[in-house]
Amino acid sequence: MSAISEDVVDSASISAASTKRRSLWLLAIRNPNVIIGGTILAIMLLIAALAPVLGTIDPTRIDPAGRNKKPGTEITYKLDDGTTAKRVAIMGTDSLGRDVYSRVIYGTRVSLAVGVAVAIIAVLIGTIIGLISGYVRWLDGFIMRIMDGLMAIPGILLAIALVSIWRAGLITVIFAIVVPDVPRVVRLVRSVVLTVREEPYVEGAISVGTPTWILMFRHILPNTVAPLIVQGTFLAAAAILVEAALSFLGIGIPPEIPSWGNIMAEGRTLFRVFPHNIFFPGIFLALTVLAINIMGDGLRDTLDPKMSKKV
Amino acid sequence: MIDFIVRRLIAIIPVLTVVAILVFLMLRLTPGDPAAVIAGDNATSDQIADIRTKLGLNEPIWTQFVIWIGNMLQGNFGESFFFKKTVAELIAQRIEPTLALAVCTLIFAVSISVPIGVLAAYRQGSLVDRVVMGFSVVGFSVPGFVIGYCLIYVFAIELGWLPVQGYIRIGVNFWGFLERMILPSLTLSVGFIALISRITRASVLEVLNEDYIRTARAKGLSNRVVLMRHALRNAAVPILTVIGLGIAILIGGAVVTESVFGLPGLGRLTVEAVLSRDFPTIQAVILMFSVVYVVVNLLIDISYTLFDPRIRY
Repeated sequence: MSAISEDVVDSASISAASTKRRSLWLLAIRNPNVIIGGTILAIMLLIAALAPVLGTIDPTRIDPAGRNKKPGTEITYKLDDGTTAKRVAIMGTDSLGRDVYSRVIYGTRVSLAVGVAVAIIAVLIGTIIGLISGYVRWLDGFIMRIMDGLMAIPGILLAIALVSIWRAGLITVIFAIVVPDVPRVVRLVRSVVLTVREEPYVEGAISVGTPTWILMFRHILPNTVAPLIVQGTFLAAAAILVEAALSFLGIGIPPEIPSWGNIMAEGRTLFRVFPHNIFFPGIFLALTVLAINIMGDGLRDTLDPKMSKKV
Repeated sequence: MIDFIVRRLIAIIPVLTVVAILVFLMLRLTPGDPAAVIAGDNATSDQIADIRTKLGLNEPIWTQFVIWIGNMLQGNFGESFFFKKTVAELIAQRIEPTLALAVCTLIFAVSISVPIGVLAAYRQGSLVDRVVMGFSVVGFSVPGFVIGYCLIYVFAIELGWLPVQGYIRIGVNFWGFLERMILPSLTLSVGFIALISRITRASVLEVLNEDYIRTARAKGLSNRVVLMRHALRNAAVPILTVIGLGIAILIGGAVVTESVFGLPGLGRLTVEAVLSRDFPTIQAVILMFSVVYVVVNLLIDISYTLFDPRIRY
């Protein structure tokens, strides 16, 4: 008896919810903001993937003879086999003679990797903690007090402090950016759990004895997907900015890795004479973050209309 | 009202306690001897032993926390071995540029963003609205240091109107001070303007649909009075809230902006402290900024009643 009624509750709620969800996704991918942002982002992803074949040279290659060249200068390179080759440095070179164009193109990889990694890890950790907090009542108060405390520390400062403790590196930078983001995800997931658990279909599922983990994964978690995707997009955009800021300040990713922040950090001292070292990576950085934010706005308007009313 | 303020004051105690515990644990969770970490890379073994006894590092961790928090509450933030000063002295020296930057930024940001937000809401769907909304997305996306360098390039290098970098104390030369504040606070304002104009537009839009706005219009009040006295005032609470939350952005942005413009403030101090792994300074700065953030938001909470008499505590 209980098995039958559980099936009824399940199939009814799932089919209704899934058609609603499918049409939402269709709506989302037709939203002009999602299309514009998504296209720019796709181009950036292509650039990152195809970096070696986009006319780049080794982005870490130091060339003492070709230091501080303005954009468009023709530079003669000595190849390993002793012959020379000419190449136009369309974005100039930095103070170590490294090709800025190659560094900017390769930097796309670092920034996108950081953005995606931070968003995914923060959402994963935040979802787990949020589910626990929303569902295990006696832990809720304790968890939320810690989250309140974390949120009271301005995000970049917390990231800076964590980097200083863990020493610089790509992985430590990613986690340092993740930690301040986690409470935001936790709050979101927890609020969804608290609302959904009062819904009749969840009460129905509980009354027919659905095990907790099925309840979580089949009935509660799907409700968090849309707002989490929206949140994740904005987290990714912010993470790319924070990584660039940390690297720019010289406390982020080690300087030998070509990230946009690092290129700008290197260009700081000679900015007055050679502003290209800051402008080119700056344009890429702003364009990427802008694309993700525009896409996020579009996703929020379609997937999470409740939130879009607020902002 | 007093009752409410007392209740809110009590409510921030657990938050600040958690912040203190997190900041305290940060150092204890670093690999290695905390005393050696605090003393920095060039410390002698005598200095390290001295710190050990001062911090009670041989005691259990709870006692250590009590000693540490007791010192903090008395304004004794420890000693910076890198700068060869007490942390309290360091902070006192560096506070002026940051405070000036924050105040100038707030003035800039609010005086620009609130009018354009109201305008965008009033002309919803028009070109003005689209430009404002478009700007706010761009403002969120362009990093502060890129904006800063663009401003330096245009106004300081190409046009030569303003100095590139540096800081002059407000008491020394007021014009020099003002000149050097314009570009940094403009830089820091951009993200803030984006945030506030967006929320102003949204909350004014919501208020414009209310019955009392129709009533105000019906009795023949001019658009300006309706917008300023009725709409904006009622939209003030969400705007204030977002300004409070934006303080976090302001603090984070100050770290970057101070570095771009060579302002010797607390943000720059934080970066210097991290680069030299000067932990007592890092801890004190983070703790201080968090307290400021929490207290500012508390004050804003309390100020709601001034703007919206419907809110009673």
